[in-house]
Amino acid sequence: MHAHNHAGGERPDQRRAVLEGPEISRALTRIAHEILERTKGGHDLTLLGIRTGGVPLAQRLAERIERVEQRPVPWGALDITMYRDDLRLAPARALGSTDIPPEGVDGRTVVLVDDVLFSGRTVRAALDALNDLGRPRAVQLAVLVDRGHRELPIRADYVGKNLPTSLRESVTVLLEELHGRDAVLIGPAKPRPGAPESAAATPGGAR
Amino acid sequence: MQHLLSAGDLTRDEALLILDTARELSQVSERSVKKLPTLRGRTVVNLFYEDSTRTRISFEAAAKRMSADVINFSARGSSVSKGESLKDTALTLQAMGADGVVIRHSAPGAARRLADWVDGVVINAGDGTHEHPTQALLDAYTMRERLGRVEGLRVAIVGDIRHSRVARSNVLLLTTLGAEVTLVAPPTLLPVSVDTWPCAVSYDLDEVLPKSDVVMMLRVQAERMHSSFFPSAREYSRRYGLDADRLARMADHAIVMHPGPMVRGMEISAEVADSARSTVTEQVTNGVSVRMAVLYLLLGGAIHRPGNQGEPR
Repeated sequence: MHAHNHAGGERPDQRRAVLEGPEISRALTRIAHEILERTKGGHDLTLLGIRTGGVPLAQRLAERIERVEQRPVPWGALDITMYRDDLRLAPARALGSTDIPPEGVDGRTVVLVDDVLFSGRTVRAALDALNDLGRPRAVQLAVLVDRGHRELPIRADYVGKNLPTSLRESVTVLLEELHGRDAVLIGPAKPRPGAPESAAATPGGAR
Repeated sequence: MQHLLSAGDLTRDEALLILDTARELSQVSERSVKKLPTLRGRTVVNLFYEDSTRTRISFEAAAKRMSADVINFSARGSSVSKGESLKDTALTLQAMGADGVVIRHSAPGAARRLADWVDGVVINAGDGTHEHPTQALLDAYTMRERLGRVEGLRVAIVGDIRHSRVARSNVLLLTTLGAEVTLVAPPTLLPVSVDTWPCAVSYDLDEVLPKSDVVMMLRVQAERMHSSFFPSAREYSRRYGLDADRLARMADHAIVMHPGPMVRGMEISAEVADSARSTVTEQVTNGVSVRMAVLYLLLGGAIHRPGNQGEPR
């Protein structure tokens, strides 16, 4: 919902695009190949997109891998709301759905997929959520944009683009499936609820 | 939404949010780890002044699945039997740091009074013959799961409406959600003010049955009856009990609900209670998911307390 507001261009003039559709597409194709290389063909691979921005990205990566390897790759969605560390800073949020493919996560190489890596708190929550769902053989992380400013010892295994930013800036990822267009925008930071350094931002919104 | 006191306080959007949240949370009950960390560090007190098994256990299971600390308090064998008032008990619980109180009491309005006295969240788990909002929510949830929707459903609520908090909460909630409710009972078992309720009334079960998508049977609450409301149990059962013959006259897709506890042979025959059309055990399962959703939505985020504007404690 929030993402739509942002995408609708509350302050379009103040934001500039740093990645456009074709660059995002190329970055995802490269990540798909990297995943196949690192997982040696990806035979026990499962892609899980973190709601909301990570889900279409997980689907697109699964399609690209399928195109290369000629076999389907299980992908799903992970909602991390109940595992957030900032739940008590705002009124209770609506939950998204968690959809785990029928193969489950036990014994599989799970690649978590998200749009922006910032403080690392969302990924921390995702690791906790995953822990309650089963025991993967390994967990890796793929992100479209790494904007730095980590607050936890977390790093990505696959990065679409490293984007050096200041905390006075926000990064917004727009995706065709959610907002009707692919782009990564940088704009001035909006005041966020809770602590100013708190990184868990509105899913799919500006971070 | 600060408390859950009456099903009538819920807007359509709030009710749907609870039902949607419950649906997501029902997944947790199917996993190997049936627990979420969301309410860690929150304390929920089950304050039960009336005997109850399923509601108390359901709330307890829901709170524990969300990792809240649960304190069970039943009036029997406590300071209440020494004469302590509800208000003093409430203030004691507050002093012990209860974030949420789930209250079951024989007096209508007890939950609302309690909400004035304590800072925390109050959830009405049944106040006398008045309301039982989480029961109505789990009934609506069950209809949604079985029939795919609540809006436009024709729901018959049959039996002891007069003494039923379940009936009142269901009429309020189901009307908000767009269902058409018909109450079916002998005139003596209808509340005096029933003409002000947003529903239809009938004295004839056989006339209403074939037109209903949902038939909800209620128990005759003998413990709340201080005079006689019908000639004999046998006559009541003949006219208002659901047996196999009547079940056969219902629409093929229609379901039979009962909030429990059932009195087999009185309002519902054993054959009907055990049939595939009966949702009695599903209602119990769904109750846990719905109560998890209510606890999450009321206690999971910032709690508004007078004087601290929702800051984390």
